[in-house]
Amino acid sequence: MAAVQAKSISCPNCGGPVQLRGFAHTLSVVCPQCLSVLDASTPEVQILQKFQGKTQVKPTIPLGTRGKIGDTQYEIVGFQVRQVDTGNDSYSWDEYLLFNPYQGFRYLTEYNGHWNFVQVQTALPEKLRARGKPAMRFGGATYLAFDSMEASTAYVLGEFPWKVQRGESVVCGDFVAPPAMLSSEATRGEITWSRAEYMTGAQVWQAFKLPGSPPPAYGIFANQPSPYGASVASSWSTWVWLNVALAALVFLFMNLAPGRTAFSDHYAYSQGATSLRSDNAFVTPAFQLDGRDSNVELSIHTDLDNNWAYFNFALINDKTGQAFDFAREVSYYHDSDGSEGSRNNSVIIPSVPSGQYYLRVEPEMDRGSPFMRYELELRRNVPNYGFFGLAALLLLIPPAFTTFRRGSFEAARWRESDYAPSTSSSGDDD
Amino acid sequence: MSGPAANCPSCGAPVKFLWSSAVQTTCEFCHSILVRTDVDLKKVGEVADLPADASPIQIGTEGVYQNKSFVVVGRIIYEYELGAWNEWHLIFNDGSSGWLSDAQLEYDLSWASKPPTPLPTGDFLHQGQTFQWNSKTFQVTSRTHAHYKGVQGELPFEYWDKSDVLFADLRTTSADFATIDYSENTPLLFIGRAVEFEDLHLKNLREFEGWT
Repeated sequence: MAAVQAKSISCPNCGGPVQLRGFAHTLSVVCPQCLSVLDASTPEVQILQKFQGKTQVKPTIPLGTRGKIGDTQYEIVGFQVRQVDTGNDSYSWDEYLLFNPYQGFRYLTEYNGHWNFVQVQTALPEKLRARGKPAMRFGGATYLAFDSMEASTAYVLGEFPWKVQRGESVVCGDFVAPPAMLSSEATRGEITWSRAEYMTGAQVWQAFKLPGSPPPAYGIFANQPSPYGASVASSWSTWVWLNVALAALVFLFMNLAPGRTAFSDHYAYSQGATSLRSDNAFVTPAFQLDGRDSNVELSIHTDLDNNWAYFNFALINDKTGQAFDFAREVSYYHDSDGSEGSRNNSVIIPSVPSGQYYLRVEPEMDRGSPFMRYELELRRNVPNYGFFGLAALLLLIPPAFTTFRRGSFEAARWRESDYAPSTSSSGDDD
Repeated sequence: MSGPAANCPSCGAPVKFLWSSAVQTTCEFCHSILVRTDVDLKKVGEVADLPADASPIQIGTEGVYQNKSFVVVGRIIYEYELGAWNEWHLIFNDGSSGWLSDAQLEYDLSWASKPPTPLPTGDFLHQGQTFQWNSKTFQVTSRTHAHYKGVQGELPFEYWDKSDVLFADLRTTSADFATIDYSENTPLLFIGRAVEFEDLHLKNLREFEGWT
């Protein structure tokens, strides 16, 4: 069977040729010469509307351009400028009609560089409320009410499978579930639902193989997917995994590099009977610290009970006399309400060169507390867990930051909505 | 599948049936509308030239839906204020008959169904009205007054020379579809699904200039 032929008619107003791309689906067409709207549904072509306007609009994507969206090739056959005039605010968007002789008609809309690929839906959405807003449940997703408006057709070009008229208006409503949007259009008591999917200018340019670069996108569009939406979830899961890795690293360090005990011993302190500087000061036997310059950790374990002790230390190089002076307090108090402090304390001395050392220890206690047992342990080259704590804190920055950015993005999106949160504190958040 | 052959009582051309249960067909040559009687074919009228249409479907188009193959054997063309649509008559491989409606390339499949309760008359059917069928809520989304524009091929009933008829389309929150057809005294109910073109796996389609 022969292929269905594309036909062309001549404009009854200016006599110019009018090519039809939509075959017999086309019910109205705009003469490209005189811009009259013609009724193409009957062989005797009638003029529906003559062009009265002054300005001509040139579509960003020319009529007749073909492009592939998904697996389907579409041709741009119609173009409308749809305008909203609320009295104190007026704006418009472009709407392209796409046609494939098997798959049917789709729409491509553009507003401020934001694009949407739109398909009319036959299933009915279900009304509900979500997050304090009216919403629609459709195809397993919840779409939040965004805005509603009366839109009129301000300008038309090309052909349409209905009788298009300039000046016709419909009441539209938008519900968003980024990157999708569900829209209603009410005419003649019938509501048509359509579902849109957000496209970037770059995606449209690629689909239609257009020269140059797409017009830049301004602002945030109702159903524009948040650039942080997916990254927030992924940044937090990355954070979880990095912390697991960090914990594994800490575990590894504790087991593989626990530090070598260079010296340890047990002591007892008893209050000197006479002077403040008692005989409790002493020096330990000498011990060896090996290897490259690295840290030394001194841990103090006491049996203090509702008491305190103060230790003055000096780590002294036996040969050179170089001394590292430091001090630590240990205090431990407890009653029926709980406890405060600890029986143990420790100190890390960084960068101690290797060599023969001894420790001078000078414990002090309150006079009324005559006795304390304690143990000193000196370990060479211990892992510094403080770095791990710092690392854990730093790891928190990227997910916290993306979470904050998503919050700001969503706030900006909803500022454009009829359902914008009533702002008591205005605009000082950016 | 192919039924008995006969000759057109008007022009004598052979008339072949793709479906043995066809009640009505049209002669490909002289466009007579032929109705089967017990003995032969009777001419009941003539189809005016069919309006130009751009449906990709034609008599002989084959497809598969839910693992059942079908072939298009006939159609009814309706025209209304805002355009026209085709009701393609399908015969499935189990011998059952169904309908594929193509309204500006929006496709719905449906099958004649017995309404569980009598359907309201057209005057008492309004937009938004709901019905419970197959445990789903069907809502009336459009009421359309259409007139018969033509027939082609084999149909399961006599259908010709009809005047303005009321149709009501109904939808659910899933892709279910139903239509109430007021062309008979007792309204007819068809229930089915809205389908995408690729869901039908169609072959032997029409070709369009400039499209492959």
